Amino acid sequence: MQASPKRDLTVGLFVMLGLAAIGYLSIQVGGVTYSGPGGLTIYATFDEVGGLKPRAPVAVAGVSVGQVKRIELDSDLRARVTLDLDPNLELSADTSASIRTSGLLGDQFVALEPGSEDEILRPGEEIAYTESALLLERLIGRFVHDSGVRTD
Amino acid sequence: MDERICVEDIFLSLGDRKVFRGFSCCFGRGQISIVMGGSGAGKSTLLRLLAGLQRPDRGSIRVAGEEITRLSERELFRVRDHIGMLFQGGALLDSMTVYENVALPLREHTRLAEPDIAAEVGRRLAAVGLPDTEPLYPRQLSGGMLRRAALARAIVTDPEIVLCDEPFSGLDPVNVRRIEHLLTDLSRKLGLTLILTSHHLPSSLRMADHIVFMVDGQALCGSPAELLASDDKRVSEFLEAEHNGHPRPAPGATGVWQAPS
Amino acid sequence: MKTPTLQALGFRTVSLVGHLGCIVVFIGEVVTYAVRRPFRARRLVNEVFDVGVLSLAIVCLSGATVGAVLGLQGYNTLSRFGAEGSLGAVVGLSLVRELGPVLTALLVTGRAGSAMAAEIASMVTTQQLDGLRMMSINPVDFVVTPKALAMLIAMPMLNALFIVFALFGGYLVGVVLLGVDSGVYVASLEHAITFEDDVAGTLLKSGIFGALVGCIATYRGYISEPTSAGVSAATTGTVVTASVAVLLADYVITALWGV
Repeated sequence: MQASPKRDLTVGLFVMLGLAAIGYLSIQVGGVTYSGPGGLTIYATFDEVGGLKPRAPVAVAGVSVGQVKRIELDSDLRARVTLDLDPNLELSADTSASIRTSGLLGDQFVALEPGSEDEILRPGEEIAYTESALLLERLIGRFVHDSGVRTD
Repeated sequence: MDERICVEDIFLSLGDRKVFRGFSCCFGRGQISIVMGGSGAGKSTLLRLLAGLQRPDRGSIRVAGEEITRLSERELFRVRDHIGMLFQGGALLDSMTVYENVALPLREHTRLAEPDIAAEVGRRLAAVGLPDTEPLYPRQLSGGMLRRAALARAIVTDPEIVLCDEPFSGLDPVNVRRIEHLLTDLSRKLGLTLILTSHHLPSSLRMADHIVFMVDGQALCGSPAELLASDDKRVSEFLEAEHNGHPRPAPGATGVWQAPS
Repeated sequence: MKTPTLQALGFRTVSLVGHLGCIVVFIGEVVTYAVRRPFRARRLVNEVFDVGVLSLAIVCLSGATVGAVLGLQGYNTLSRFGAEGSLGAVVGLSLVRELGPVLTALLVTGRAGSAMAAEIASMVTTQQLDGLRMMSINPVDFVVTPKALAMLIAMPMLNALFIVFALFGGYLVGVVLLGVDSGVYVASLEHAITFEDDVAGTLLKSGIFGALVGCIATYRGYISEPTSAGVSAATTGTVVTASVAVLLADYVITALWGV
């Protein structure tokens, strides 16, 4: 094998290109949906979380401020969601959390709507007002059922 | 260490053909032995058996004092440190230059520094008459040059035994003489045990101390003089055919090479 | 005619099992020399050049084309539901999960796998491998392992490049040609694909495919008959065997991993 600097360079470039492509796919495309600081842990309990998954975004006024860390069932058989938020965030104690869908067929995320109280939610505290996920099937079912009743 | 190579009672079938049927002979140390026989008689296969590249169905092969038929591939590598082989087409690696090909055994098995390797390679290539071919690739060499380069590679680690498969085939008379002198010279200078296969009668008779004639899967051995004087029909038929109807050379008339005493 | 067929079947089965044993031993040797000194970096670099660099053109071109087709087809279907906004996700997911690793593997098999098998087979024919043995060099160590390793290394990278070019192809068609909003395309793409579920899976798949193709191509070349017909058989056999192996492995991995 001739020691060809040109060949070495080409192979080196190829490897770099390949790694860059892998990096792009891993980080930019597949990466964390929220890439800001985390640390502030807040809990919210819902009757129904629908398709919400861990690492789903948490947004305030449409701006991503954190992600869903964990979803577990509590003793009342309701879904307890752990939110990992930007520590600089100051949420009022009467903040409400609802589960929304981005677009019609998109993934679900948690939307936080700030309230009017002066008191701030402290780390580890629970959000009092939650609105469960809207399940399309239930909506359709209700619509069908209601229209069925009406024609009775 | 007994540096003779002895083959005893070899049986080998390739496919349906019984190539070796109780083949036995010995090759003397420091001698030039030439294996002759009709095409397909198994000359190349014999070299492969000696090199451990093929195993016989039955029989014993002793090389450099060791029985090689039972050795594993790794153990065979150890034995092959004493053997150099020149293949019919040279078998140089076509992705590497002549220099890199000849240097390969040194790079793999010795700890020589690059300048020393360069010196050894240069010396060997000069010995085979190819001093300017180092940067060339095998495809750029003619048949004769290719063989000589491959010979340089075969001897670069100073083996005691050199096996050559049809070193004269396909060469013009000038190159045949060249290679004949080269091999004879090297063998004398380095005390090599040289085993060749050949069709080429004149050079064989000139070079050989010992001829092994392969016929019907068995061996007829002797000095060139003995072979020429042989009564065996098969031998005389072969000699006639090889000479294409020319009168058989009288023993001694072709100047059989005298073995060193 | 049952007995000859049964006999033939029995013979074939026995030789297949024997063959499998040979393959396992072969792969064992390849792996052994991969992790043992000397590491033969120079030869590895040359092999990566042959497999990777020389396959770049076909991989990138095919990638862009496949991406463009996906963009077109995806748009046609999604626009019926008013869901053009999800084009990025559709193109991205199909590519990352399946089309990227499988198509890249098939392309590389055809281009580099067959070349690899042919090279080794012709080395068998010209006794170069025997020459190596006579120099006490193991042909698997010297010739096979660098090639197989190069295939293993190059495949994930070629896969990633295929996907990137394909995403771009989809972008060209979807955004530039058909009017999907570029921000929406990219956002839906980035949203739908996660590292853990998708990208890790694609890298795993292409790594496994690389190992498979590398081993099959080198094995076919290594055991070929020392004739021209042998070289040709090694080449075509490699393409067939490796392609089937890749598709089967894809199914198995998808089923097990759920990618």
